[in-house]
Amino acid sequence: MSSHGIRDRVAIVGMGCTTFGEHWTRSADDLLIDAVGEAVTSAGITIDDIDAFWLGTQASGVSGLTLSRPLHLQYKPVTRLENMCATGSEALRNACYAVASGAYDVAMAVGVEKLKDSGMSGLSGTTMPGAGDDSRGEITAPANFSLLAPAYAAKYGLSEEELKDVITRIAWKNHVNGARNPRAQFRKEVPLERIRSAPIVAGMLGVFDCSGVSDGSAAAIVVRAEDAYKYTDKPVFVKALSFVAGPADGLLDPAYDFTTFPEVVASAQEAYRQAGITDPRAEIALAEVHDCFTPTELVLMEDLGFSERGQAWKDVTSGAFDLDGSLPVNPDGGLKAFGHPIGASGLRMMFEAWLQLRGEAPPERTVRTSAERSLALTHNLGGGPGECVSFVSVVGSQLTD
Amino acid sequence: MAGLIAYGAYVPYHRLARTDVAAVLGTKAGKGTRAVAGYDEDTTSMAVEAARGALALDGLRPRIGQLFLATAAPAYLDKTNATAVHAALGLDEHVLAADMAGSVRSGLGALVTAARSPVPTLTVLSDLRTGLPGGSDEIAGGDGAAAFVFGGHRNGAPVIAELLGHDTVSDEILERWRLPGSPTSRVWEERFAEEIYVSLTGKALGAALDQAGLDIGAIDHFVVSGLHARACATVRRTSGVRPEAVTPDLTGAIGNAGTAQPGLLLADVLDRARPGETIALVVLGDGAGVLLLRATEALTTHRGARPVAAQIAAGSAPVPYATYLSWRGLLDREPPRRPDPEPPYAPPAHRRGGWKYGFVASRCEKCGTRHLPPDRVCASCRSVDAMTDEPMEHVRGTVATFTVDRLAHTPSPPMLVVVVDYDGGGRFRCQLTDATEADAVIGARVEMTFRRTVTASGVHNYFWKARPVRTGETEGTDG
Repeated sequence: MSSHGIRDRVAIVGMGCTTFGEHWTRSADDLLIDAVGEAVTSAGITIDDIDAFWLGTQASGVSGLTLSRPLHLQYKPVTRLENMCATGSEALRNACYAVASGAYDVAMAVGVEKLKDSGMSGLSGTTMPGAGDDSRGEITAPANFSLLAPAYAAKYGLSEEELKDVITRIAWKNHVNGARNPRAQFRKEVPLERIRSAPIVAGMLGVFDCSGVSDGSAAAIVVRAEDAYKYTDKPVFVKALSFVAGPADGLLDPAYDFTTFPEVVASAQEAYRQAGITDPRAEIALAEVHDCFTPTELVLMEDLGFSERGQAWKDVTSGAFDLDGSLPVNPDGGLKAFGHPIGASGLRMMFEAWLQLRGEAPPERTVRTSAERSLALTHNLGGGPGECVSFVSVVGSQLTD
Repeated sequence: MAGLIAYGAYVPYHRLARTDVAAVLGTKAGKGTRAVAGYDEDTTSMAVEAARGALALDGLRPRIGQLFLATAAPAYLDKTNATAVHAALGLDEHVLAADMAGSVRSGLGALVTAARSPVPTLTVLSDLRTGLPGGSDEIAGGDGAAAFVFGGHRNGAPVIAELLGHDTVSDEILERWRLPGSPTSRVWEERFAEEIYVSLTGKALGAALDQAGLDIGAIDHFVVSGLHARACATVRRTSGVRPEAVTPDLTGAIGNAGTAQPGLLLADVLDRARPGETIALVVLGDGAGVLLLRATEALTTHRGARPVAAQIAAGSAPVPYATYLSWRGLLDREPPRRPDPEPPYAPPAHRRGGWKYGFVASRCEKCGTRHLPPDRVCASCRSVDAMTDEPMEHVRGTVATFTVDRLAHTPSPPMLVVVVDYDGGGRFRCQLTDATEADAVIGARVEMTFRRTVTASGVHNYFWKARPVRTGETEGTDG
């Protein structure tokens, strides 16, 4: 293995995150300015102290000018990048590597997306360019991820009704968490029966099985680990950054069974190796995972090693991943309740890890596991079953001895 | 010996009940049903389906020398529609593909041209009959296609029906007409043309019988086709054939498919004719035409894979009239709040014509892995540019997983989507058509069908979809 990781070499010393939601009165520029401003303030620096920027957005702008223009950045390097729904995480990964390389002292990762201006249901931008001959048979994102549901039910002997109960509980849990989060798009608990009986969008998925379509932005400031305490008493150290693009053969190869994301398994194993984690369920205080649709979160629990194969549905049902469970998952409400502005989501996940590890989450949302564990995981993917990109990070509040 | 060497028919899966039309419009109820092309079908896609049936015979495709597509409802003007059929069938690029489009009589023209041709000729008759709501074209019309291969000249394929004689009589009559762009045709007072048609038929039939040296009493199957129902009925009654030889016109079950009607009726007769029996096909419209055929021994072993009667019997439960109207563009429905579908781009569609039109995948020469769509790099062993073409249109498969997409843009929501694992390897995700949500289940058996997936920005997008294999149907077509 020639992937070396950068464990404990960089730290996040400032973060910002707008509320996610329907920002009818604010543009992508406004959201960027707000998130960057909050991050800069939290690190106690000015925008001029930042040496380089990585901006993630899928469809809300092209080129570095998307950031430099609204902020009037003075001749700084700004890289605009895109990796589908993992775009925000990809911005962070690149900023971290830039600092770890020694090229820059202070780097910023920013993510932004403005989805609500389009007036469309779901994603309006190109999610996956077709072959151009229009033979790919594009389907909507909920339909794509709903392919997991009948396959999981069939493989593990659940009836469709039983599986519907499981995914309903995932949505319910994330709404409970989002209700305790002032920055979340949806801030109300939703009764199980209302989730379960909501109008169907695709396959087994009702509207409450889908993540929120929203606008938002989030930002992080990265410095060398040895410099971290110059900026804050409570830096968050990067333990692992792992990203893979799969071979995209799940829609070609009958061996793929639609009950897993092999890309997630690969990126998680690499992240655990980098971070020195052997038992993620016991060692991690909280996980922010890519619950774009409820069956995704179910399958991720197995792919990330939190549940045995075929057992995640039982762990979901028993409340293991609830706010007060043995491993809280998506304590901020997740994509489901916090909302999913594509380019910002990966950094929003990191924002929750940042709050929880620093003890700054509101009391009603603070995970008790953070008292004895100092690590958090974020997981962010783009694409769909059979062909996706996957990112896993591990961050911690303590330097390893 | 010259004659017919293969045939195939295509009756779309959907039906419209005439009583439903009457119930919605408050008009007098007609009887029976008519065949209705699905929202994803047009005369080009139906032509492909009929031709696939005709070319099921092993080794026949490479022998085809020319292809004619006859229709009164061409999918495009200016642009040739037969080339799409040509591409979907994977015919050699030197095979002439030409439209005979615009008039219902083009079906007769294509058949006679094929019958007279010195090279093996595939002729496809396809039509989609639309009228204004409640009009006779809508109620009496039908949709469908039929395909025939004439040849037998030095090509080795057995002749299943020998051509005994033929004749055509042309006459310029203002009997039925339609201006380009109009959804419906107009007819003159029908008694005017009735006598003319009876007289013209007598001339053509007499000439063809003389050519064959036959008496009218020798006709075992008398097939009369035409949009002038009254004239057709009179011809059947008064022409002098034995009454038991007159064949049913199928309009009660599937309607009158205009250009394709003589083809569908002839295919239906070929499905059951016995060796040695004589078939007279009479086509009325702007004149009259007659083809006289005699079934050979080879017919019994080379009948169409999907008999017309079986396709009629396998039809769907009637679609609601409102659904039919929206499929035909006569009832605009609220679209989803999604970006409009994109048309295919010309260069990639052309570059990948083998895949897009022919459903030709690739198989790795090193490790045998099948790739749909065709790849340059093997997904399994990653060999580069070591692929051979693998035609997949005849390969059946099994549904691995599925969904029902209620948000996607489709002319007939919701969109059914299946992931198909093919017999012999390979997987592809595509739409499921001619089906209900109950048909989308893990383990369901499916086969491929050529469809018009969407029309966007004035461009038709043709591609393949899966459809359920229905019980009682035999294996489809072969390359």
